[in-house]
Amino acid sequence: MTISAAPAVRPAPDPKPSAPRPRRAKGGGTGGSRWVAVAFAAPLLAYLLAFYAYPLIRSIDLSIHDYNVRAFVQGNAEFVGLKNYIDVISSPLFGQAAWNTVVFVFGSLIFQYVLGLALAVFFRGNFRLSGILRALFLVPWLLPLIVSGSAWAWMLNSDNGIVNSFLQAFGIGQINWLTSPDTSMLAVIIANIWLGIPFNLVILYSGLQNISGDLYEAAALDGAGPWRQFWSITFPLLRPVSAITLLLGLVYTLKVVDIIWIMTSGGPANSTTTLAIWSYREAFGTGQPDLSPAAAVGNILIVIALIFGFIYLRMQRRQEQS
Amino acid sequence: MTARRPWWKTALGVVFTALMLFPVYWMVNVSFTKTADLRLSPPHLFPLDPTLDGYAEVLRQQLPNLGTSLLIGLGTVALTVVIAAPAAYAISLLNLRGGRTLNFVLLVAQMIPGVVMAMGFYAIYVRLGMLNSVWGLILADSTVAVPFGVLLFTAFMSGLPRELLQAARIDGANAWRTFTSVVMPLSRNSAITVALFAFLWAWSDFVFASTLARNSALKPVTLGIYSYIGNNTTQWNAIMATAVVASIPAAILLVVAQRYVAAGVTAGAVKD
Repeated sequence: MTISAAPAVRPAPDPKPSAPRPRRAKGGGTGGSRWVAVAFAAPLLAYLLAFYAYPLIRSIDLSIHDYNVRAFVQGNAEFVGLKNYIDVISSPLFGQAAWNTVVFVFGSLIFQYVLGLALAVFFRGNFRLSGILRALFLVPWLLPLIVSGSAWAWMLNSDNGIVNSFLQAFGIGQINWLTSPDTSMLAVIIANIWLGIPFNLVILYSGLQNISGDLYEAAALDGAGPWRQFWSITFPLLRPVSAITLLLGLVYTLKVVDIIWIMTSGGPANSTTTLAIWSYREAFGTGQPDLSPAAAVGNILIVIALIFGFIYLRMQRRQEQS
Repeated sequence: MTARRPWWKTALGVVFTALMLFPVYWMVNVSFTKTADLRLSPPHLFPLDPTLDGYAEVLRQQLPNLGTSLLIGLGTVALTVVIAAPAAYAISLLNLRGGRTLNFVLLVAQMIPGVVMAMGFYAIYVRLGMLNSVWGLILADSTVAVPFGVLLFTAFMSGLPRELLQAARIDGANAWRTFTSVVMPLSRNSAITVALFAFLWAWSDFVFASTLARNSALKPVTLGIYSYIGNNTTQWNAIMATAVVASIPAAILLVVAQRYVAAGVTAGAVKD
């Protein structure tokens, strides 16, 4: 969640898969019997079946039946095959939601990455207080999304928000950040960039630590300035880490619900309705849960997330092998 | 020359940090503002005339919600560690067959959108009568933390020296004994990281709370804030005061456990 966890990705930190272990000789392990290992893993296996596989099967089941509230309780919904998917894709909202998702995801990612990288480079030269300041940068990432979302919503309030009263000092008239369809997407992207900077900063900073200082010294001796050093050393050597940061951010940003829902509920006039928000609203946003189309949208979202997820996993594996 | 520490970089760093933390400062500032002053234009930049009205509201209305969130957070931590640690032990040290496949499944599991999980849980809970229950939320919240927990424990336990485990075995310890008295004590730091994140995610959860506990008598605080926004949009000082109180766990984490937090974030994505 996070989860979503990611910016708004509540970017759930994602532990690396363990590197391939050298095969040990049979019986060379600790526990002896294979069944001991299975016994230790059994709770997890049962857990995954009950609380991952089963909910997912239920969501597929929802999407291929026509569930209304009564059918829901009695469990006799009519089987409709792919009708829900066809309805959803041919709905005029589908194109808009897909486009909004693209704008939200890429708008967020580009600025999170650029700002995160700039800050990582800035913090690389250890200066007084740099450790504490870097730690403080984690704050937005640790706050509950409802907290950041409502803080931003109040800051961007049309009449009483601090952002507008700041802009007024420069002679810029009132902007209806959250209530005008022209600026609502910009508003949620700004909040989401703010949320995602810590994640990008931490990962890119730790990537920078792996670049040898000798390279910079040699470059400095050859007369390369900081700008040249960045483009000739930092950026190329950071490329694998950058790719992984962006892909992981992408997978997490695709599924963001909280921050958009809290700030705009997908409105006004669907201007901030992404696929995830659309699914959430159909299912839970109104008094009458309409779970079948919601599940269809959600399952389409899973497919998109997994495509990029697999690209991420492949890239990470390749990086570990090299 | 690392000895030369330019002061201007520190100054610039402070400015950046202040900009970044401005929304947090603003939240605190608004939480101390009098209701009558909320609509001032331009607003006061500092709480010159502070009031604790907002916090009195929190105590009056949100205390049970905070308790519920605490309960859900602790329950999620317990469930996550109890399931994740033994499984990681099996994968990393007991040569579990299919361990690598399991790792892969867990990575994929983390990519599944929360909305879809919420719908699945909703459909299941309706039948079982588990909607609006603390247990239901603990189970749902743990699905965010368990894959993370297993992967983090596995990565750490794979690095434990095998001699230690063999020594335990020679001393006659069985697999369970080795797990409880050798492996777990050594994995203390990983356990802290896992527990911290499990707690923070459960405490911050909005999607599961707003779908599976909409009509609950026991609301988590995230839902408390949300219904607050919906009901009385005038009392932003009280909303922000609740938000400040809801941020306390994050603040404590940052002060007490910053290195565990950083460890948790970088555990992903980057090799060492």
